[in-house]
Amino acid sequence: MAEEFFIQGNEACAKGAIAAGCRFFAGYPITPSTEVAETLARELPKVGGSFVQMEDEIASAGAIIGASWGGAKAMTATSGPGISLMQENIGYAFMSETPIVIVDVQRGSPSTAQPTMAAQGDMMQARWGSHGDYEPIALSPSSVQEFFDFTIKAFNLAEQYRVPVFVMADEVIGHMREKIIVDDDIEIVARVRPEKSDDYLPFENIENGTTPMPAFGDGFNIHVTGLTHDERGYPDTNTPETHDKLIQRICDKVLNNRDKICSVRSENCDDADIVLVSYGAPVRSVVEAVNKTDKKVGYIKIDTPWPFPEEQIKELTANASDVIVVEMNLGQMYYEVDRVVKDKNVHLLGVIGGLLPTPDEILEKIDEIGGN
Amino acid sequence: MRTEIRICGFGGQGIILAGIILGKSASLFDGKEAVQTQSYGPEARGGASKCEVVISDTKVDYPKVQSPDILVAMSNEALIKYIVDLKDNGTLIVDPGTTDVEDVKDYIEEHNIKVYEAPATKTATDEIGLKIVANIVMVGAITKITGVISKEAAIKAIEVSVPAGTEEKNISAFEAGYALAE
Repeated sequence: MAEEFFIQGNEACAKGAIAAGCRFFAGYPITPSTEVAETLARELPKVGGSFVQMEDEIASAGAIIGASWGGAKAMTATSGPGISLMQENIGYAFMSETPIVIVDVQRGSPSTAQPTMAAQGDMMQARWGSHGDYEPIALSPSSVQEFFDFTIKAFNLAEQYRVPVFVMADEVIGHMREKIIVDDDIEIVARVRPEKSDDYLPFENIENGTTPMPAFGDGFNIHVTGLTHDERGYPDTNTPETHDKLIQRICDKVLNNRDKICSVRSENCDDADIVLVSYGAPVRSVVEAVNKTDKKVGYIKIDTPWPFPEEQIKELTANASDVIVVEMNLGQMYYEVDRVVKDKNVHLLGVIGGLLPTPDEILEKIDEIGGN
Repeated sequence: MRTEIRICGFGGQGIILAGIILGKSASLFDGKEAVQTQSYGPEARGGASKCEVVISDTKVDYPKVQSPDILVAMSNEALIKYIVDLKDNGTLIVDPGTTDVEDVKDYIEEHNIKVYEAPATKTATDEIGLKIVANIVMVGAITKITGVISKEAAIKAIEVSVPAGTEEKNISAFEAGYALAE
C-alpha cells in the first residue's frame, strides 16, 4: 500500500536514498542540505547502513567512492561550497567509473555567500567542475515528491551507467514541505556483479555499455586508478590510443544513451510564440505564470540538465520565436539553450539574491518580449 | 481556491509546528493540496519567526506566500512587521496577551481587516497548565475562525506531529483554542 507523508524536500531525499538501497552516507553537513544528513544519521543504522560524519567534503567524496567499491550504494549531500571541495574526487569517480550519488542543495553563491537562501549557481560545476572530459548525469527536482523520486532515479542511473550522478536541488525544494506518496513497488536497479572468470575485465570496452563491477573482497584481482588505464585497470599513461579509447567510452556510455536518460516535461509548446525553459524550483513560478497569461506561451521543464536534452529542446521550441530561460543565477543553462536553438531569440530571466522568481516577474518578462 | 496563511511570532513559540500542522491537516487528511515554507536565519533564534502555508483545492504551483489572506500574529514585533502584506478584507488573528492591535489600527481600518483575538498564551497557561502549547491553542482558534482545515483533520495531524506521550495535552490545547472562537 502506498504511504503518504507531509515532509521537507531534504527528508524526502533521505527517504528516497534508503528506498533506492543506499546503505552508506558520508558527509559534512552544510546548510541548506543538513536535513539530508540529519535524517540519514537517524535512519541508516535502522536498515543496517552506515552514516559517517567526515572531516570535510573531499574526504566525504572519497569515503563514498570507497564504500561503493566495497559494494554499497553510497551517497553524500552538500551545497555549493562543499561541491567545490569535492571536485577532485568527483573526477576520480568518473575516471574509475564508480557509481555514487551527490546531492547538491544549492544556496546563494559564490563562496559561502547565502547559506539559507536559494540559488542555482552550481549547474556548471556539476557539468565541468572537475578537470578533463567526462559526461555527468544530473537531475533537478521541482517538488518534494520529485526530490524523492529523482534521488531513487539517481541511484538507478549511477548503477546502470557506473557514473557519479548529481541531484541538483535548491534551498526552496530542500526546505519546503509537501505531500509525497511512496509506492511500495519502486523500481530499483541493483548493482550487477561479475561472474568469476579468467577473462573478466573490470573496464572492458563495451560499446555504449558498462561492465559489471565487483566489490573489494569478491576475489577479483583488479586495479582501480585515476590514471589512464587499460581494460584490466592497469595504468597505461603514455599510449594515446588507450587514453582516447577510455575517455571516449566514458563519455559515450552517457551521450549515446541520451534518449534513455534525458527527460523533460512540457505544456502548450506546439503553438506557443514564447517558450519558457526552467528546472528546479523556478518551474513552480513558470507554471503559475503560464497558467495566468492569455498569450501563447508554453513551457519546458528540464528534469535532467545533464546530459543536456538538446533534441527535446530543439523540437519543443521549433514553432516559437522567443525562448526565455528562467533560472536562479546570472545565466548558466541559458547558454546551453542558446547553443542548441540558435535561430530563436533566447532571453535570460536570471534572478539572484536568494528568492524564487515570482510569477509576476515572469509575466513582466513575457510582456517585455511581446508575443500574441 | 488558494488560501495563503502566514503565522508569525517569536522563535521558540512553536510557530513552525503550527504551520506544519495546518499543512499536514489539509494535505493528508482533508484531501487538499498544501505547501509549507518558512524563513531560515538569525530570526529563528529569538527574533521574529514566520511560517507560511498555502492551501488549495488544486495543485499549488508557486509555493510562497505573497499577500496572505490570513495573518496570525503571536508577537507584537511580528504583527507590526508582517501586517503590511495582509490582503484587503483579510483575516487577522492575534494573541492579545502578546500583541497590541492598537499599534496597527490604521492598517486594519484602511484595509478593512477582520480582527479576531484569541488569547492563546493565557489559555495554554490557565487551562492546560503548559505555556508551550500556546501554538496548538492557536491552531484550534485558526481552525474554528477560518475553516481552512477541518477539526477532524487538525486532530489527526496533531496526533502524528507532537512528541509521543503529549498527544492528550495537545488535543486538549486544540479543543481549548477551538472553544475560544466559538
